[in-house]
Parts: sequence; structure tokens; C-alpha cells
Amino acid sequence: MAVAFYILAFLSVLGGVLMVTRRNPLSGAFALVLSLVSLAGLFAGLAAEFVFILQVLVYAGAIMVLIIFTIMLLNLSRNEMYEAPVGRFHAAALVVLCAVGLAAFIHVFSQLPSAVTAIGPEFGSIEGVGELMLTKYLYPFELVSVLLLVAIVGVVLLAKKVI
Amino acid sequence: MGEITIHHYLYLSAILFFIGVYGVLFRRNLIVMFMSIELMLNAVNLSFITFARYSSTMDGHVIAFFVMALAAAEAGVGLAILVMVFRNRTTVQADDLTLMRD
Repeated sequence: MAVAFYILAFLSVLGGVLMVTRRNPLSGAFALVLSLVSLAGLFAGLAAEFVFILQVLVYAGAIMVLIIFTIMLLNLSRNEMYEAPVGRFHAAALVVLCAVGLAAFIHVFSQLPSAVTAIGPEFGSIEGVGELMLTKYLYPFELVSVLLLVAIVGVVLLAKKVI
Repeated sequence: MGEITIHHYLYLSAILFFIGVYGVLFRRNLIVMFMSIELMLNAVNLSFITFARYSSTMDGHVIAFFVMALAAAEAGVGLAILVMVFRNRTTVQADDLTLMRD
């Protein structure tokens, strides 16, 4: 279990680092797929079966296909991919400071439960999460469907040739 | 390699989140900035799933599902805007888009 965690954690961080360092967005997109699939494995290790399935289907599947499709549609040349080097040392210092601060916060946060408790077979299953989604979280669920509808209409309006 | 505790997952989540922050702040390519945001959303999802497991409640799974739906909507709208920007300005570099600053 520990070995699986370290391998998946390493792969997800590797994918993320490759994604932000590659100049070609297509290489970055494939590195992000690696990161997302590793995260899906971690979700499975945390007994989140439903979220694991969604991560593979929606994130590593649909959203990444959309991004890669857009990258290929734009068909950037080498010149268009060139980025002027940015030297923002203040921003870098801020990022490092925030990261260290968050790590310290996690470290000193003593209220965290230290051990996992026993769970039934219902935990994280499609039936369990689905029931919770349609009882306790019914109104947020309906709002999300409205949001997706608005997004669809917005995309159609945005992507039309003539506005 | 000892027992994997909640701290391991939270540290991993923080590392991934700040890789995403780095990408948004230091890359000028709109596509890469966009993908960095996706990575940040996923890091937060990992935190939700971790807390759900360690508190033995499934609420975190539902929130993670909502985050994914939000990310899907954001991906659709964001990429449509990206295509429109490229069609009108033939660039995907954030530094070249200074219409509102000039």
C-alpha cells in the first residue's frame, strides 16, 4: 500500500512538473494525463470508487480530449509557442513562501485524524454517493446541471463565427 | 516507508497545487495556464477525497463530483474563449493580449 502510494505520488508530481516546464503544449497535455491517471489511482486507494471512475472518464477522458483537440486545432508554429523568459523573483518568493506556509499549517494542525477507521462496502460506491447526491445534496446537484446547461449555451454562442 | 498517514496525502495535494500556481504565474502560454488550473482543481479534489476517507463520510466525494462538473464547464467555456482569441488575434501568449491595458 505504501509502495503504491509513493509510486503514484511520484508519477503525479512528475506529470505536473513536466506539464509546467514543457514548451510544447501538446507534450504538456500528455504529461497532465499522466498526472490525472496517477491521481485516479490514489482516489481508488482512498476507497473512492465513484470518483475514481469519474476521474478516468471525465478528466483523463473527456476534458483532456477537449484540450488536446483544441491544441491540435490551433496548430501552433514554433514561433507562436515561443515565450519570452519571465523573471519575476517576487512572485517566485511568494509562491515558495505560500508553499512553506501551507506545509507548516498541515504540520501543526493537530485536529487531523491520524488513522483510518473501518468503512462498509457502501463507502464511495456508486450507490452510496448517488444516494447522498440525490438526498442531502439535491439542490446543489440541480444547480450544477443548470450551470452545465448555461456553459453549453455559452460555448455555442462563443464559438459561433459571426456574433 | 512507514504507514501512509493523512499528512502524506495533504502534502502531495499541496505540492500539486503549487505546481499549478507556478504554471499560472510563470507560463505565458494560455493553454498551459489553463492546464495548470486543471491541476490545481485536481489537487483540491485529492484533499476532499482524503478528508472523506479519514472522517468516514462520503460528503467529500459529492463535493469532488461538483468540482469535476465545474471543471468540465470551465474547460468548455475557457477553450471556446481561447479559440476565439486565437482566431481574432493569432496569438495564445498572455503577454500579447494587452488590449485592456493600453
